[in-house]
Amino acid sequence: MTILKCDDVTMSYEGVNVFEHLSFTLEQGDYLCILGENGSGKSTLMKGILGLLKPTAGKIEYLGGLVQKEIGYLPQQSAVQRDFPASVCEVVLSGTLNGRGWKPFYGKKEKLLAEKNLERLSISSLKGKCYRELSGGQQQRVLLARALCATKSLLILDEPVTGLDPLVSAEFYDLIKDLNKKDNITVIMVSHDIKESVANASHILHLENKTCYFGTAEEYLKSNVSNQFVGMWGKL
Amino acid sequence: MNYSIQDILSYTFMQRALIVGIPVALCAALLGVSLILKRYSMIGDGLSHVGFGALALAAAINLAPLKAAIPIVVVSAFLLLRISQSSRINGDGAIAIVSSSALAIGIVVTSMTGGLNTDLYSYLFGSILALSQQDVVLSLILCAIVLFLYIFFYNKIFSVTFDENFSLATGTNAKAYNMVIALLTALTVVLGMQIMGTLLISSLIIFPGLTAMRVFKSYKAVVISAAVQSVLCVVIGLFVSFYAETATGATVVCINLCCFILFGIIGFFRTISFKKD
Repeated sequence: MTILKCDDVTMSYEGVNVFEHLSFTLEQGDYLCILGENGSGKSTLMKGILGLLKPTAGKIEYLGGLVQKEIGYLPQQSAVQRDFPASVCEVVLSGTLNGRGWKPFYGKKEKLLAEKNLERLSISSLKGKCYRELSGGQQQRVLLARALCATKSLLILDEPVTGLDPLVSAEFYDLIKDLNKKDNITVIMVSHDIKESVANASHILHLENKTCYFGTAEEYLKSNVSNQFVGMWGKL
Repeated sequence: MNYSIQDILSYTFMQRALIVGIPVALCAALLGVSLILKRYSMIGDGLSHVGFGALALAAAINLAPLKAAIPIVVVSAFLLLRISQSSRINGDGAIAIVSSSALAIGIVVTSMTGGLNTDLYSYLFGSILALSQQDVVLSLILCAIVLFLYIFFYNKIFSVTFDENFSLATGTNAKAYNMVIALLTALTVVLGMQIMGTLLISSLIIFPGLTAMRVFKSYKAVVISAAVQSVLCVVIGLFVSFYAETATGATVVCINLCCFILFGIIGFFRTISFKKD
């Protein structure tokens, strides 16, 4: 089932086109990594998919019953969060807000959903802890639990392992892969880490110099684009 | 000088000060937590200066001060919010310009129309003697509105404060909630100016939240602690200023400062023992 369709999309950032004529579709259960150097338009595209920025041309469509507010989003951490006094429970619960509409307080359903997602990521023991006192890896898991509260079908992750040590990063990648395989959650991940991306993702979207490459991970490895890009990291 | 608490409470001006002071302190503390975390502390300060300018203008053309100041400050709140969010202008600098200009215009207008009268003087430094019955009623109504909206939007305000991008992405209208916060702040600032004065009202907003954050670790605990502590500081401040014959606003701020230092010490020893574990 197709859930997302980008049709001849051109997007710009502060008046300059960052990429042009991008077309691809995403099926339920796909794992897409968006690669590219800084300034290649990865974040702009992600904002487009999230509905926060409008494309200058073309169309980004949600299909198969997906609606914008049911996308689970894991943004990059901001400076505000690092000294924010909040318990893990409060942070995770805030992920359920989009389903509440105008109702002001959390009900039993939201609390159960939060508990379930804490358990799913094996961080139930952190529930009462203070968010700012957690390690980087734990914080990412908490934010992932919040994103899972907001979605049943699509997760969008923005460079989720930035600042994590290699061991914790590996664990995090496994976790995402698990969610993708076991729960059939579609994943879109913006990443710098080409090696992990190719190893985990089913599809790769590579943005560079206004051109785009889209294909499965295997096709990507064989393509010219990857050779130029991967070359910098040596052979995989 | 031997006044009992009953004696003090029998003075109308003390009754009014308490009736206005307690709810305003409550609102200020609640909003303060969000403002500090969103890095909007300067907006409160900027608004109070705009408030003074508005009052000076209102006095010059014989309008009821509070009623004239509220719309001007509310509009400025939206403006300051826009400025501080805009990446094109340096937000900090822009707010400083707006607030000092408003203060300067206020003072110029005042000196042209016959110098500082008692009303304006009391808005600059705060005075509990200047509260009229009308002010009290208006303050109570507005405080009730602020409290209701705050509680109603509590979870959304948390979400927007903690992570604006996430809220936006999941369909919460973060901009609208920022406006709500700005509107509530504007109302609180104008009401608080009566007691605390232009120059000190922002401390009523900032101190309780910052103090609570020294010690408490969940958002709810911080909010409740800030609210309780803010109300206590205002009540204690009012009584101390009565006994010691000191300026009310300044006394309240000094008591807030004591609280801050106390909580800071508690927080410091907590972190040390936390690290030892």
